[in-house]
Amino acid sequence: MESIKDKVAIIGMGCTKFGENWEKSAEDMMVDAASEACQDAGMDMKEIQAVWFGTTRLNTAEPCATALKLDYVPVTRVENLCATATEALRNACFGIASGVYDVVLAIGVEKLKDQGMGGLGTVSGAGGNGTLEWGMAAAMFFARMATRYMAHYGLTYEELKQTLAKISVKNHHNGTLNPRAHFQREITEEMAINAPMVSWPLGLYDACGVSDGSACAILCRADLAKKFRDDYVLVKGLGLAVGARQGYLQPEYDMVHMEETVRASKQAYDMAGIKDPFNEIDLAEVHDCFSITEMVIMEDLGFCPRGKAPEYVRNGTFALDGKLAVNPDGGLKSFGHPIGASGLRMVYEIYKQMQGKAGPRQRKNPTLGLTHNFGMNPGSGIGSVTILGQRD
Amino acid sequence: MSGILSYGAYVPLRRLGAGARSEKAVANWDEDSLTLAVAAATDCLAGIGRDKVDGLYFATTTPPYAEKLAATTAAWAIDLRRDILTADVTDSLRAGTAALKMALDTVKAGSGRSILVTASDLRMGSGNLDGGFGDGAAAFLVGDKDVIAEIEGSYSLSNELLDVWRAGGAKTVRSWEDRFVFEEGYLKVLPQAVKNFFEKYKLSVKDIDKLVLYGPDLRRHRQMVGELGFKPEQVQDAFFDKLGNTGTAFVPMLLVAALEDAKPGDRILVAAYGDGADILLLKVTDKIKNVSGKWGMKRSLASRMMLPGLADYQAYRAFASSDPEQFGGASASVIARERDEIYALHGVKCLTCGTVQYPPQRICTRCHTKDNFEPYSFADKKGKVFTFTLKYGGDIPGFARPMVDTMVDFEGGGRALFGMTDMVADKVTVGMDVEMSFRTLGAGGGIRNYFWRCMPPRSSWPGKETK
Repeated sequence: MESIKDKVAIIGMGCTKFGENWEKSAEDMMVDAASEACQDAGMDMKEIQAVWFGTTRLNTAEPCATALKLDYVPVTRVENLCATATEALRNACFGIASGVYDVVLAIGVEKLKDQGMGGLGTVSGAGGNGTLEWGMAAAMFFARMATRYMAHYGLTYEELKQTLAKISVKNHHNGTLNPRAHFQREITEEMAINAPMVSWPLGLYDACGVSDGSACAILCRADLAKKFRDDYVLVKGLGLAVGARQGYLQPEYDMVHMEETVRASKQAYDMAGIKDPFNEIDLAEVHDCFSITEMVIMEDLGFCPRGKAPEYVRNGTFALDGKLAVNPDGGLKSFGHPIGASGLRMVYEIYKQMQGKAGPRQRKNPTLGLTHNFGMNPGSGIGSVTILGQRD
Repeated sequence: MSGILSYGAYVPLRRLGAGARSEKAVANWDEDSLTLAVAAATDCLAGIGRDKVDGLYFATTTPPYAEKLAATTAAWAIDLRRDILTADVTDSLRAGTAALKMALDTVKAGSGRSILVTASDLRMGSGNLDGGFGDGAAAFLVGDKDVIAEIEGSYSLSNELLDVWRAGGAKTVRSWEDRFVFEEGYLKVLPQAVKNFFEKYKLSVKDIDKLVLYGPDLRRHRQMVGELGFKPEQVQDAFFDKLGNTGTAFVPMLLVAALEDAKPGDRILVAAYGDGADILLLKVTDKIKNVSGKWGMKRSLASRMMLPGLADYQAYRAFASSDPEQFGGASASVIARERDEIYALHGVKCLTCGTVQYPPQRICTRCHTKDNFEPYSFADKKGKVFTFTLKYGGDIPGFARPMVDTMVDFEGGGRALFGMTDMVADKVTVGMDVEMSFRTLGAGGGIRNYFWRCMPPRSSWPGKETK
């Protein structure tokens, strides 16, 4: 197997404001994101040779081609649940690395607010075997992990809630510094701890919201990148791991980690040559669909030892000015989760940080950044990790 | 001689009552006549090989479908053989004793070695009638060898009378005026049947050790005992203050209670009423001494959880009688494909590496061997809660909120996800013991859905009064 390292460059990116974009369709948001990316790359939309299009709600590749008026170029619709957008990026990278294409677009979009959704639902039970219970929602899958985390590490409910509150407060704070975020207001730990219960022990502020949005990246062969710009960003590693329900079928699975994240990060770290992620990586955009998810991801990505995430969180290690900034743009917590767009929104932040263009959120001279998505649920998930870095 | 090989009973955990005298057992919102019958059958068949059962007669006036056999669903959930006779016996309060009589005759005729009979009901009455109704189930295994009670005689009387009825499509039972109902029905027909029975077999009241007697309520029950000339100590307690009138299941449940206290040689007279009367005489044998470990009636009645009030009961009933068409989602072909996994709670055991897994897989989760499994039942396995969450979703009806979702690790291997029932939500903990219970599920598409939930062991509720 060959590594993807330094074969693909990101030369332009776009990202819409995330939120209740009542006045914009999925197509409108794709036009906005793709136009920004082309302008950023200093190129015309017509130069795009192929597209990988991530969405969970649109059923075909056609809305993307139609929106962007792409003239008979290949468009591949990609879907991999919460990792959909990074899956578009990953496959676009392979298109470039194979040498078949020089310049391609990876774009993700989701228009959830036209569907009357108040929270992240689950896959519909239509046509099922009739054993689907009420209250099936994403929160319950991650709440199971939170309950288990308490039992496994001997955390009290109060200790857990306080730690989770710190994660939500941090991400909301980062979101206030980001004009593209859906929610741009501070919350307090008390608000998070006392919020109405969604799926015990997770409350309202432990969950991310539902938003519309689109984000995209223009990729080219690394050796062509200089033609477009000097401050391009390189893909250093890609990882994807899909679980086979091991956590549900095998009682020894501890349910306090997400093996798919561990495996995906190992693939990406190996490609990027990363040995000590906590000390080598400057910032990470991770899948904080729920506060407990972010906490456990810290352990799964090797940012802290097993069972120590609460301690690291309490010490502010992952704050914007901490040792390793996690979700500097505000995360899913502030952006909501337009499923097909989220991964590329994360990449957008890393890209801007690498270029020194992250405004009030800017970290000092970052060299390596990571994005992470997690689809499905603990016990049977989809883990996706992307490593991005400066050119040497 | 044909007779009863084994018995079982099920009284739902929940009780409703303004005062101790009017307490009654009520089914939880996820129980119906079919699930009650499965629970009683499970008690009846404890320690008995399912492969010995040659038939299932399912008696009720409240079957889940007007057209669609309940006995087949029950047989799947009880995990009986497929090559058996299954039949629903319905439309009368005598359906329980009729099914028992039919099973005794089936065995006597030699067309089956042992037949399982269940009687269960979950009735709603209009107006004041409902206050006296309770929910419950009984089950008997009938055979012709090593019986614990043998049938010595029987007599049936058919009587055409509109005293108590439920019209097709109606949800509640109605009755004609009280004086007519009792004087022209119960108080006239049942004594006649008992008299005819005694004449037929040349027996009298003094030959009977225990009378198991139907009564619509405590007052009429007492009145009938006097009418028939029995002494109070000869009469099986009818639990009007604890159970309520459980319809089709009532007399069978009282028979279970009588068998629990019976000694070898006792003669039990069973007198059931409804569109006529059924009289059965049973003689208890030495084998009664071998019966042990049953829930039966005594332990079932002692284990209870009080409902806070009528509102919850009414919400349960409104849900139970709601139109199944309102729910969406289930596919008949998917259910058919997965019926062993849904109804019998079958997983698989890998014949290569021994790993137990649920739901059934084609390729082993551990050793990756393809299609080398044997069925493995989880229905009778105990387990522990590995983790759980309490769900507060807006789609959950108030009476069921929060719903408890659990991940269960089973003794002997295997892990699976289940909703929990008959629990106190805020007392659920990681590591608590659970056992499995067959229940209705609230989603469907014109289909009544059934699946298993876990619950705290019934033995953890003895005599507790918990809100």
